[in-house]
Amino acid sequence: MFYREAGDFSTSYPEDSQTFPIRFDRYRYYLVLFVAIFVIPFTINDYWVNSIFLPFLIYAIAAIGLNILVGYCGQVSLGTGGFMAVGAYACYKLMTAFPEVSMLIHVLIAGLITAGVGVMFGLPSLRIKGFYLAVATLAAQFFLVWLFNRVPWFYNYSASGQISAPERTVFGIEVTGPNTEAWASYLFCLAFVIFSAVIARNLTRGAFGRKWMAIRDMDIAAEIIGVNPLRAKLSAFAVSSFFIGISGALFFAVYLGAVEVGEAFGITKSFTVLFMIIIGGLGSIFGSFAGAAFLVVLPVVLKLVGVDWLGWPTDIVAHLQLVIVGALIVIFLIAEPHGLAQLWRVAKEKLRLWPFPH
Amino acid sequence: MKMKLGTMAVAAVMAASPVMADLVFPSLSYRTGPYAAGGIPFADGYADYMNLLNARDGGIGGVMTNVLECETGYNTEKGVECYESTKGQGALVYQPLSTGITYQLIPKATADGIPIHSMGYGRTSAANGDVFSNVFNYPANYWNGASGAINYLMSQGDIAGKKIALVYHNSAYGKEPIRTLEELAKKHGFELTLLPVDHPGQEQKSQWLQIRREKPDNVIMYGWGVMNQVAVQEAANIRYPMEDFIGIWWSGSENDVLPAGDAADGYKALTFHGVGDDFPVFADIQKYVVDAGNAAGAGDQVGTVLYNRGLYAAMLAAEAAKTAQEIHGTGDITPAMMRDGMEALEITEAKMTALGLPGFGPEFSVSCENHGGPGLIGMTQWDASAKTWSLINEFAPSDMDVIQPLIDEDSAAYAAENNIASSCK
Repeated sequence: MFYREAGDFSTSYPEDSQTFPIRFDRYRYYLVLFVAIFVIPFTINDYWVNSIFLPFLIYAIAAIGLNILVGYCGQVSLGTGGFMAVGAYACYKLMTAFPEVSMLIHVLIAGLITAGVGVMFGLPSLRIKGFYLAVATLAAQFFLVWLFNRVPWFYNYSASGQISAPERTVFGIEVTGPNTEAWASYLFCLAFVIFSAVIARNLTRGAFGRKWMAIRDMDIAAEIIGVNPLRAKLSAFAVSSFFIGISGALFFAVYLGAVEVGEAFGITKSFTVLFMIIIGGLGSIFGSFAGAAFLVVLPVVLKLVGVDWLGWPTDIVAHLQLVIVGALIVIFLIAEPHGLAQLWRVAKEKLRLWPFPH
Repeated sequence: MKMKLGTMAVAAVMAASPVMADLVFPSLSYRTGPYAAGGIPFADGYADYMNLLNARDGGIGGVMTNVLECETGYNTEKGVECYESTKGQGALVYQPLSTGITYQLIPKATADGIPIHSMGYGRTSAANGDVFSNVFNYPANYWNGASGAINYLMSQGDIAGKKIALVYHNSAYGKEPIRTLEELAKKHGFELTLLPVDHPGQEQKSQWLQIRREKPDNVIMYGWGVMNQVAVQEAANIRYPMEDFIGIWWSGSENDVLPAGDAADGYKALTFHGVGDDFPVFADIQKYVVDAGNAAGAGDQVGTVLYNRGLYAAMLAAEAAKTAQEIHGTGDITPAMMRDGMEALEITEAKMTALGLPGFGPEFSVSCENHGGPGLIGMTQWDASAKTWSLINEFAPSDMDVIQPLIDEDSAAYAAENNIASSCK
């Protein structure tokens, strides 16, 4: 009924291989984009942006990045927090060194620097895999956090070791600093999200993505059919770190404004992003969004219901939140290991036939 | 069932809505996580004092107070969410009780025109009100604390040539005193060793091994949360003399010394307010708040060090609100008026006695240039057999000759970085 393919003909190869081959799906995608770009910026306030949209958008980029590495290429990484820190500190150094340059450029260069660091820490993946690789990336996490805490050059020798984002602009509009308008920071992050998602989607269904998936499914077989594991693995690390670096830069500069590396980019950050892609669905761009939305919105909703609505004590709600999120992760792993993305796929199949499934 | 839920929701909203017209004091508390042991008593003290004002005096200047509690878990991301969700409800002053969250809120709250009171924490150079128009850290800050500790040691004997170790939480908070201590080391000729401890601070074996090897004459600690008790326990394990071990005020509560038992006897901590529950106000709290069943949290923290600090913070906020009401001649003050009240705040002995807190803290007054107060530091010592802290050194001034240039330098750098014009004409 909803997903009717009758009368939906593809007459050329590009049409046949587009991301949303079903017309209804395509229109829904355009509608989402339209609302995100032209409706939300006019209706949101500080609370909505800072509590829900910015964390959602920024975590979505990080989740897309990690999903490329873990979900598509099968290389388990626990270094996400450390790589986000690289993006944040690179962005900070660039912002303070070249104040007149547009933030767009700073964030992109921060992503490129992180990609370089990611490739370096990706080298061990050529020799080790699975749990051993996870431990190696864990070492990256701790090393990077230690480095940014230890070397004062990274935080411009400030007394407290905090980095704080000064006011910087894009096309003359402020996007960082305390006087930023809600819509400006939202649109700035949204632009990066769309850019990341489109690139990631097209990479993963092209030659690169096929190589990554071949490595994921069986690396020896992939090597025999001619996939170069060095290039495939390192390119996955580079692309993944590029997105994670962008999200780290936005996380620091646009969302928080001031960070302390141990607190903001600690090991918990790595696990949060990993949970997002596990709940959302490994190897799915939509899953990255769903997982990020789930883990960002759920605590806010629980808080609204528990504290503001039912008037429960704040500590009980905070504890309940841990219990509920933990339980949901376990339930998801048991009941639907492929995450929210799989639920969506199943729902789509059902809707295609609805209301006459036979 | 649906109807019931709906009516319940309506009832909840109705019950919550008349509160909106009150004086709103958000409390960004943390009753969960590794720092909860410190967050709970502070939040309880803050809420209980505001409750007391409502029950005994009918609020402040005839307007009821309302404490909006929001759980941050000492986490900056949740701190942002708490700030955004409470600021729209007329929040008068923020007390985040976290240096990280304070750093983050300084530019935001200044842009929104809401004052921040980071009492004994936060960014030390915010004492310069000329640059930080909306941030207050009276009556004492980290650098006063560092200097107070050194002054105390000097009063006990010559410290030239001695070795002093700083064990600190490896974060913005713990790093704050380093510059001051380095300057003081130059001035007085002692040797400073830095020993960082990473969050959350449960692992300190290597730091204390180093202390055992180098045998510093004194150890100063800037710790918070679970780090404190671990440090006191480790010091006891290597038999470091507790009399030579001094904690900042955030490392000097019952939670920090009780786990080590008798071994913690003699441990010292700095303070900027009174300890114990030997003040008339506690009888009122018992009568109007605890006995009425309105005590915040479990109600078992009354009279502990951090409870007293929360109470002191609430008292200073209430007095500032009173001052603001007098200046502007209205009961319903706005955050901007609250800021004026904080800047004109004057705490005298007579005022404190009238509030039932005689001699609880130093006398001081705030001005546009000086948001930091006088920085008078006292010293307390733990008695493990009686399980009490006692004040062993009266509130004494710290070395402003060293601190003031550092404040001026750091705030000038901030002003230049953010293009802030002088706010005091």
